[in-house]
Amino acid sequence: SSFIALRKPNGKFFPWFGLDIGGTLVKLVYFEPKDITAEEEEEEVENLKSIRKYLTSNVAYGSTGIRDVHLELKDLTLCGRKGNLHFIRFPTHDMPAFIQMGSEKHFSSLHTTLCATGGGAYKFEQDFRTMGDLQLCKLDELDCLIKGVLYIDSVGFNGRSECYYFENPTDAERCQKLPFNLENPYPLLLVNIGSGVSILAVYSKENYKRVTGTSLGGGTFFGLCCLLTGCSTFEEALEMASHGDSTKVDKLVRDIYGGDYERFGLPGWAVASSFGNMMSKEKRESVSKEDLARATLVTITNNIGSIARMCALNENINRVVFVGNFLRINTISMRLLAYALDYWSKGQLKALFLEHEGYFGAVGALLELLGSA
Amino acid sequence: MPMRPSKEWVAIKMAERGGRGSGGHGSLDKSITLPPDEIFRNLENAKRFAIDIGGSLTKLAYYSTVQHKVARVRSFDHSGKDIEHEPLYEISVQEEITARLHFIKFENTYIETCLDFIKDHLVNTETKVIKATGGGAYKFKDLIEKKLGLKVDKEDVMTCLIKGCNFVLKNIPHEVFAYQKDSDTEFRFQTNHPNIFPYLLVNIGSGVSIVKVETEDKFEWIGGSSIGGGTFWGLGALLTKTKKFDELLQLASKGQHTNVDMLVKDVYGGAYQTLGLSGNLIASSFGKSTTADKEFSKEDMAKSLLHMISNDIGQLACLYAKLHNLDKIYFGGFFIRGHPVTMRTITYSINFFSKGEVQALFLRHEGYLGAIGAFLKGAEQDNPNQYSWGENYAGSSGLMSTSPDVFPMQRTRSGTFDMFEMDRLERPLVNLPLLKDPSTYIPDTVDLTDDAMARKYWLTCFEEALDGVAKRAAASQPDSIDASERAEKFRQKYWNKLQTLRQQPFAYGTLTVRSLLDTREHCLNEFNFPDPYSKVKQKENGIALKCFQSVIESLDSLGWEERQFALVKGLLAGNVFDWGAKAVSDVLESEPQFGFEEAKSKLQERPWLEDSYSQWLERLKEGPPHKCALIFADNSGIDIILGVFPFVRELLSRGTEVILACNSGPALNDVTYSESLIVTERIAAMDPVIQSALREEKLLLVQTGSSSPCLDLSRLDKGLAVLVRERETDLVIIEGMGRAIHTNYYAALKCESLKLAVIKNSWLADRLGGKIFSVIFKYEVPCK
Repeated sequence: SSFIALRKPNGKFFPWFGLDIGGTLVKLVYFEPKDITAEEEEEEVENLKSIRKYLTSNVAYGSTGIRDVHLELKDLTLCGRKGNLHFIRFPTHDMPAFIQMGSEKHFSSLHTTLCATGGGAYKFEQDFRTMGDLQLCKLDELDCLIKGVLYIDSVGFNGRSECYYFENPTDAERCQKLPFNLENPYPLLLVNIGSGVSILAVYSKENYKRVTGTSLGGGTFFGLCCLLTGCSTFEEALEMASHGDSTKVDKLVRDIYGGDYERFGLPGWAVASSFGNMMSKEKRESVSKEDLARATLVTITNNIGSIARMCALNENINRVVFVGNFLRINTISMRLLAYALDYWSKGQLKALFLEHEGYFGAVGALLELLGSA
Repeated sequence: MPMRPSKEWVAIKMAERGGRGSGGHGSLDKSITLPPDEIFRNLENAKRFAIDIGGSLTKLAYYSTVQHKVARVRSFDHSGKDIEHEPLYEISVQEEITARLHFIKFENTYIETCLDFIKDHLVNTETKVIKATGGGAYKFKDLIEKKLGLKVDKEDVMTCLIKGCNFVLKNIPHEVFAYQKDSDTEFRFQTNHPNIFPYLLVNIGSGVSIVKVETEDKFEWIGGSSIGGGTFWGLGALLTKTKKFDELLQLASKGQHTNVDMLVKDVYGGAYQTLGLSGNLIASSFGKSTTADKEFSKEDMAKSLLHMISNDIGQLACLYAKLHNLDKIYFGGFFIRGHPVTMRTITYSINFFSKGEVQALFLRHEGYLGAIGAFLKGAEQDNPNQYSWGENYAGSSGLMSTSPDVFPMQRTRSGTFDMFEMDRLERPLVNLPLLKDPSTYIPDTVDLTDDAMARKYWLTCFEEALDGVAKRAAASQPDSIDASERAEKFRQKYWNKLQTLRQQPFAYGTLTVRSLLDTREHCLNEFNFPDPYSKVKQKENGIALKCFQSVIESLDSLGWEERQFALVKGLLAGNVFDWGAKAVSDVLESEPQFGFEEAKSKLQERPWLEDSYSQWLERLKEGPPHKCALIFADNSGIDIILGVFPFVRELLSRGTEVILACNSGPALNDVTYSESLIVTERIAAMDPVIQSALREEKLLLVQTGSSSPCLDLSRLDKGLAVLVRERETDLVIIEGMGRAIHTNYYAALKCESLKLAVIKNSWLADRLGGKIFSVIFKYEVPCK
């Protein structure tokens, strides 16, 4: 073809994308070079320029695409180039429109490889080829996830720490978010909470295994909330949850035993049966949608905490890193996880969180693109 | 056995004097479909009450003493009497008192009327407290105290549950089963393992409790989950507007979870091959309902919820099992309670998450564990744990499948009563020390739950024989005015049991010929026919004793090798005389002269169907005499006297000690221990070899602890086991169809064994590839 794309010493053409197509959300990271020379600017083909401008000058794309501006990593050096890393997401059901757009913008004329991970890399591979004339480079989601986590943690979050934890998680008054140094991360248990949950034990950069997974994840929270409250977005569901009271819905230990169940060392506040009060007709009629949303959130979160804790014990690992988009704008769940891990392990386990929550797979895919020269 | 003079006796007398009371049946709810005196049995002398009140069901437990008629044999004093024309011994029917545990399960709605009924019929005034457990114990405390005038003494739920669990695991054969999908027999029963500890108990009530049980008294709550039966019920009610738990399960059994759940293939388009995750695996439960615009069917949502909860529980249970290094998980609680749907999903989940390393197990009497435990807490004075107990098949309802789709007929049962009774066995039962591997020993040869053809045959066979058995039972008590009425009741009861078993072969554990025979014995006892064959046995023993000396003389005239063969033929011919087998009872009733010699001539010529006689002969010829032989005898009369005793005599002459084991209680025409004592005494009077062996304690008579025509080598009298060890027994001889073919045909022992029998059932003979009267002679030497 007639254009000359930007070329770097390692031979990677722009644009640099990393794509993670999950069950519910598509995560896209885009590296915007900021060190473009005048000569490069001149040589840059029109559609490449327009992609760059489109992505960097907007914070929303169509009705569903969103750029998480607050997560942008500035002045990053990647493969010898300086630039900013942008984090964009849109629902997986808009994948066909995305491919359509790529086709209209003649993405295939750019001499780049589109590295994609997540289940959708397989599911939509055919569509990319037929509709967009694009050959995807499919990457394993767990490989990408770990690469992404390690990389982002190493570069930090614009001078701040990427990793954090909650101090005094069991004390509502004194609980506070504090940075955590993940310099020597191994071994760690990585719990990725997307629509479903995958749990990995990571022993080194290369050595990890998937320990288990559960189908009770973010999709379950959102799916049940839609059915129970009629809400239609994750944000709406979380907003409702933040105003609800789960103890009206759940049966607590104290509801059964009048207080703590000392025989088993169970505190009265512990949930004995999630949704247990809903066995009663009167109580079903007296709860609000907010209460139901909160109970759903607490149920799913506690369960993930429980499974993660058991995996940590079985694998003999005491640091548990929670990632995934379920945790986005979801302080309730993060604090609950921190609390549950600390309380039930008697302080032996530590829950850690990362600022870029759900984007590590996409970052890993981008790194694969740049690494596989 | 001496009658125990006890307080219970006084209670019975009082009850008799006071009559049965005015009935009081009218006060009971009309919807109770069984006569209440058939539910709350033996209330007259009941004591030690315990109650477990759950969310919807109440379980009542009590201890009673049951007055039985038992046939006793007693030797006459023959001095100066005409022995020729007197019967050999005297048979008298006596009253005996045995202990029984009663457990009754009914819906909470009946609690008040049931308490009234109990109050009206309770005579024992010793009872001051009632042990109570379960979530509902609080709620009904005042009612119970008011109605019964007993003090309610609360016991911890989990402690009771585990006490009950240990008790059934130890005492009830085939208590435990695994669930298998897509199989003719959904339930696969497990052999009782000699050591039940340690195990994991996962109780799925409204929440989930995971308990590790290490010893009888030591258990630890190691974890739990709030996602349990209450979540299924509560969330299910919200999602489907269906209020009842059972209805939710029914909805779930009809739904398609793939309409609601996001599967791996929905994300990947196929399988996630790198990880080997199948495309049909659920990636996100309810992951497809993340929309406000779409309607989902109740069935699909219920199914998705069921999968979500079952998978989650299974996963956590596996994680706990792994952490504590356990491979057996027993599941209980109302979420499981006999529901095939939940057993199936839990089993699937355990298999999936443990990759087959952990087994999900269920209990037949799961619903009773709390009541059993609470009862045991209150009955510590009676030391129930020191005894062996046996399930009474006549008084127990058996396991009912609650699956409405599988057994629509059984649905009528809900709303009525379920019963479970256990009899205290007067002697503790243990494993035969010579079993090669007690943990894998299975007494029964054919599993009729598994083998539909065999099941059909045997159920029909027992049905066809039933009229004859009832007739014989009535005839055995000519002096009793109500004998025929009781015989009819027996017939009806056993007939109903057979019909239940046709529908639900797994009701009492693995269905076997043994369990069918035992159930019949239990039913006969229930209607006071303790020993219908007592007179027949008496007569046959008398006839056989008269022939004993001539049989010995003719054997002694033979050369060694011919004698060995004649002895074996004698044993086999004696075994033809068996009232238990229909073909033979026909012959015996029509041809009373059918004798020992004729029996021999009926035997199959060698080579026999199973024939290791040559190896046996070789062993006798070449090897040193056995140190001690344990013989399990079969029938009275010709079998024991002309078949077994000459054989015993030969062994004794070789220098082998003999332990002769006979049943403790009567079953068919099998020789009982007390009969064997008299018979032996008589033979000793005629035969110096037997006489000196008895005197020198080289011939020992023991009881098996059993009253079954079959033989379970894992439940034998402790005294027998002790003796077997003391005498260093190195040969076990098992004779008869019941003991050597229906059971123990494949039993592996640590020492040499002989299993011999004549097949007196043409169907069975056909199955084994032979004809009627085919001979089994199985001599086995354990491999080194």
